[in-house]
Amino acid sequence: MSDLVQVAEDGLYCPAGDFHIDPWRGVERAVVTHAHADHARWGSEHYLASASGEAILRERLGDISLETLDWAETRRIGEVIVSLHPAGHVRGSAQVRLERDGEVWVVTGDYKVHPDPVAEAFEVVRCHTLVSECTFGLPVYRWPEPEGVYQAIDDWWRENREAGRTSVLFAYALGKAQHVLAAVDASAGPLLAHGAVQKMNEAHRRAGVELPETRYADTEAAKETRGEALVIAPPSSGGRPGWMKKFGRPSTAFASGWMRVRGRRRRRSADRGFVLSDHADWDGILQVVRESGAERVGLTHGKTEPMVRWLRENGWDAWSLPTRYEGEADVDEGAVDEEVEAPEGTEAPGS
Amino acid sequence: MKRFTELYHELDATTRTTLKVEALERYFREAPPADAVWALWFLSGRRAKRAVNTTLLRSWVAEETGLPLWMVEACYAEVGDLAETLALLLPRAEGGTELPLREVAAERVLALRDLEDEEKRNVVVDSWNRFGTRERLVWHKLITGGFRVGAGRKLVTRALARAAELPPAVVAHRITGQWDPTPDSWERIVRPEDAEGSAARPYPFLLAHPLNDGPDELGALEDWQVEWKWDGIRAQLLHRGGEFLLWSRGEELVTHQFPELQELAPVLPDGLVLDGEVLAWRDGEPLPFGALQRRLGRKKVGETLRTEVPVVFQAYDVLERDGEDLRSRPQAERRALLEEVVEVVSSTPLAPPNLLKVSPRVEASGWAALGALREGARDRGVEGFMLKRRDGEYAVGRPRGLWWKWKVDPLELDAVLIYAQQGHGRRAGLYTDYTFGVWRGEELVPVAKAYTGLTDKQIRTLDRWIRRNTRERFGPVRSVEPEQVFQLAFDGIRTSSRHKSGVALRFPRMARWRQEKAASEATTLEEVEALLARYGDGD
Repeated sequence: MSDLVQVAEDGLYCPAGDFHIDPWRGVERAVVTHAHADHARWGSEHYLASASGEAILRERLGDISLETLDWAETRRIGEVIVSLHPAGHVRGSAQVRLERDGEVWVVTGDYKVHPDPVAEAFEVVRCHTLVSECTFGLPVYRWPEPEGVYQAIDDWWRENREAGRTSVLFAYALGKAQHVLAAVDASAGPLLAHGAVQKMNEAHRRAGVELPETRYADTEAAKETRGEALVIAPPSSGGRPGWMKKFGRPSTAFASGWMRVRGRRRRRSADRGFVLSDHADWDGILQVVRESGAERVGLTHGKTEPMVRWLRENGWDAWSLPTRYEGEADVDEGAVDEEVEAPEGTEAPGS
Repeated sequence: MKRFTELYHELDATTRTTLKVEALERYFREAPPADAVWALWFLSGRRAKRAVNTTLLRSWVAEETGLPLWMVEACYAEVGDLAETLALLLPRAEGGTELPLREVAAERVLALRDLEDEEKRNVVVDSWNRFGTRERLVWHKLITGGFRVGAGRKLVTRALARAAELPPAVVAHRITGQWDPTPDSWERIVRPEDAEGSAARPYPFLLAHPLNDGPDELGALEDWQVEWKWDGIRAQLLHRGGEFLLWSRGEELVTHQFPELQELAPVLPDGLVLDGEVLAWRDGEPLPFGALQRRLGRKKVGETLRTEVPVVFQAYDVLERDGEDLRSRPQAERRALLEEVVEVVSSTPLAPPNLLKVSPRVEASGWAALGALREGARDRGVEGFMLKRRDGEYAVGRPRGLWWKWKVDPLELDAVLIYAQQGHGRRAGLYTDYTFGVWRGEELVPVAKAYTGLTDKQIRTLDRWIRRNTRERFGPVRSVEPEQVFQLAFDGIRTSSRHKSGVALRFPRMARWRQEKAASEATTLEEVEALLARYGDGD
């Protein structure tokens, strides 16, 4: 019997159900795990996605033919029973469970096991074969407890207020931005949002997510809150002096898993780097591999080779599934042509 | 160790010079002298040599974490910094040790060198258990000898001068040369200014700025003292209290690598400091730098090598005579004094011949004539001109406008990118180390590696191109489609058995990304060999 999921020209493909998962181009039928640009592409005839993520997906893809599933609700497509389960990456992000004749595969999409105030908690789904993302699949990537990171962001913001400087925090517009907004002490001062962030905030609110009030970061708002505000902006805006200048001489910071490594931190030339990721770290991936009970593990996105080798040496049947994004660590370097903000040197969505 | 770790991370976290200087100054003021002197010792570039073999260190981390060694290597390739990689791999540890820096430095850094491997392992593992994650990173930097923190000697000097309330030049002088990291040394370094100086210490070197735009802005040629720019080892020759010392610009004592120069000692007046260049020299001409290189880094220089590569000290300047510091005198006056000193020495009956020379002045009727002379610099075995303002003092560091180096235009060739490897530090995770090839028939043979010359933006663009145009991977190295052509600039060329092309370039760097050129238009090996025949060192 053939594999339930294969790598085809347009991405992950399930021949038994004749549908793609997060295809790179328009196809007949696409199951979409979440709305980040390297997973949700325009141009497919029909989409299937989680009900929880609908508002956000529509914000990204506009008027599409979209069917939604509640968590764990099943839907038969061809020979395959499909259901979606929370992946914890961003609000509404899903793992895809596929079952045919008792054989179960799970495609994780992007996920994290660390808690997040906005995204639904990751759910372990038992399976025979797991296809896991591997963005941070090296043991140097181990995240600190998020609570401590939130505290550090609050402290940095407070120090800046005391010094009379505006705080500009660079975070991916969809996911990381709302994660941070929901986590910081919103009573401490005014919160401003870049236009791309503001748009995503609205989509989250429409989806029923409670976020603190944010004000659009125009020149007037920047002036009125000078020295007080925490501004959430996509990483690209740091490279636009024209956009940044309204904040005077702000203190800048990045929130990303890549901040774990000093070299990358310094390359950003921000004042601070907060290690806050929406992806699983090394321990997280291993935990999911173990708890899923899978015997076969496919790895995709990121540096898959070391993880594949490590799993093989430890008794798993592991292999690598190439992605269009070249399959190595370049996911953070603008390989993703993000339609909302796609500047050079931005991080991978939600990284 | 706590305070020093904090300092390290403060320096590491910012790119702003003022913040770095403030952090350093605060540290120097607050830390106990016995610790501060160690911090200064490390910060001013001193290293614990061969404290621990990094291969062993990697294997110990593998054993302690239960990870296979290949995984440690894979992580190192990702992070690009060994000290950091190891710190990230060890289990997280909050907090830190109460051990003071002086104890860590003496017992857990310098002492490692004399231990057997198994004892070393015990100290290393014990330290991992005691230290917090942030301390481990700093400690790894200390024991692997790669302690750099984006605060160069100039910043450290400035901060210490502020903390000690001394002129920076005094501090620069006092921390130059050899001293032990003891409280006594600290006392000597920060004590109030006085006339007494340590006889062994050289002066901080005055360095030249490159003159990139030509001499148009420099005014009249008469205001400048022009010399050839020699390609040797910049050094200060000290003769004080009967002791003869030779310091390189990197502030290493190189006296014993050039034993013949010590024959000058009996005829040199006492209280003398000369600035100049050690050159390999034969039959009235300099030998190429490659020849001089053979004499470096050796414990002992044998008779054969001395005969094959004889050296001279080509003096540029006199910084001290009869014990008097002359550095504030104008260049022209120092030059006259230098000629006088060398004349006196050379006419001493017992003076060894051909060891001490004065760098000749180059005369020309004007800048244009000088420019014409510069064209022939390479054929003379020099790198161009040094322009020294005649009324300038011998200042500290690299101030603008006193000394210019007007180098001959570099040699150039167009080469094709054939291999790429990820960089380190700030360039970790990016393909920034490139190997270039030239055509030998239908084949591209490697001719040089280059790392510099591209903008950050170009590096990112090229990085993406490399990832998408990889042919094969060999560990961390990728071979790429032979499509991208770069103009390489370099300062010299010589034969080399280590390179497949048979040549080695000196200081190769990327002058231009020639996106308009096809790979087939790149330089051929025959053309490179023609350059070698014309400018090579012939050995």
